[in-house]
Amino acid sequence: MTEAQTYSFFLGCVMPNRFPNLEASIRLVMPKLGVNLEDLDGASCCPAPGVVRSFDEPTWLALASRNLALAEMSGHDIITGCNGCYGTFKEALAEVREHPVRLKEVQNVFKGMGLKYSGKVEAKHVIEVIAELGPDEIKKRITKPLVGIKVGVHYGCHLLKPSKNRPWEKTQHHTFLDDLVEATGAESTKYKDKNICCGAGGGVRGSQVAVSVDIAKEKLDNLIDAGVDCIVNVCSFCHLQYEFSQSQLNKELGENKYQIPVIYYTQLLGLAMGLDPTALGLDKHVVNTQPFLDKIFN
Amino acid sequence: MTDNITRETIDSDDIDAEFVDKIVKSGADRIRTCIQCGTCSSVCPSGRRTAFRTRELIRKALLGLKDEVLSSPDLWLCSTCYTCLERCPRQIKVTDAIIIMRNIAVDHGFMLPQHKKTSQKLISTGHAVPIDEANMEIRKDLGLNEIPPTTHSNKKALEQVQEIMKRTGFKDLIEGEKMEGN
Repeated sequence: MTEAQTYSFFLGCVMPNRFPNLEASIRLVMPKLGVNLEDLDGASCCPAPGVVRSFDEPTWLALASRNLALAEMSGHDIITGCNGCYGTFKEALAEVREHPVRLKEVQNVFKGMGLKYSGKVEAKHVIEVIAELGPDEIKKRITKPLVGIKVGVHYGCHLLKPSKNRPWEKTQHHTFLDDLVEATGAESTKYKDKNICCGAGGGVRGSQVAVSVDIAKEKLDNLIDAGVDCIVNVCSFCHLQYEFSQSQLNKELGENKYQIPVIYYTQLLGLAMGLDPTALGLDKHVVNTQPFLDKIFN
Repeated sequence: MTDNITRETIDSDDIDAEFVDKIVKSGADRIRTCIQCGTCSSVCPSGRRTAFRTRELIRKALLGLKDEVLSSPDLWLCSTCYTCLERCPRQIKVTDAIIIMRNIAVDHGFMLPQHKKTSQKLISTGHAVPIDEANMEIRKDLGLNEIPPTTHSNKKALEQVQEIMKRTGFKDLIEGEKMEGN
């Protein structure tokens, strides 16, 4: 893989508006892997698959198609670093491809707006493009192997499911992200119920926060039991859930039990490529990342 | 009431036979093949800690207990993790069925207040989670554009997004008289 690829970089809501440090790490790391990112000017919310799709599916499909149309018109496939946005685009594309009448419906909504949309554009996840390069190609770029770092890998749901419309191997026990984590020299640690949801999606975090945080808590407890140095995720919403839930839980319980640094994959990879932690936004986390960084640099 | 076991009878007035047809038509086409095995409930992360039972929801839908389904806040406990859909031995699109029922609920004016707020943010800014000042500062610190290159910095794009939401009826749906609390 030497040829440079260019994608339209779709930001979504949570990444640029709550965790711009993740955005910074993607913008810094991807070009170093031969992946150019072009801004998708004027993009909106994807819109969120659990909420907007739950409220009014035709609105969800029209707005998702608009974002996809912007990419299609720019001549590049769309790339996102959020599982929710990825889920929306994968499902919206499947819908118009399987049901041409839905494509017509969307084109009808777009009438007179100067939007051209055929549904032929592809949607990719940042981690999908990195996985296409593969762990061996990643290993070649590692200058600072993260030896001794124990990682709890969190895939998230919409990256993998519904499996019918996802590019991954048909299995319920994926390893591609574990392999990419281990390519950095870190160790992917086994932990209980690794494949369970973070609890943020479906509008649950937004409306029934106690249930949502309790789902996160179960996973955080399992990660603490496994003795990990950090969680590694690939979704801005899962990231938000683990960052915010830990401080919420500490406050509620009056203790400081929940202190697991929450690291996005391109931040972890960037560290292993010898990039500056500040440039990767590692000083902008809710949960302090210093103990994790100390373990790498001391 | 707690001392005696009461017989719960479903009144025929409570049954809407067309409810399940609508769910089938909207895409959850295998819902009638449900054998009530409970796989969906057993893998549900919300069901682990609440009284929400996916199997019960599907059964109620099949019985046509439309009002009970649509007005229940339980309908909103699904985190759309898709595990039930992946594991259903009848290959029912369980998550899709829940999303379809949520659409019908909203159309009937049932919406949680927080979700209405999120929708209003989407209508006014193009984002369900809009930028705030603290994050503008952080963006600047990171060397990113203070305002992201989205509808936040492109008025024409925002107007286009708003026009789409007008055309699909979303603005009316959220802000209209039919919605509970409006």
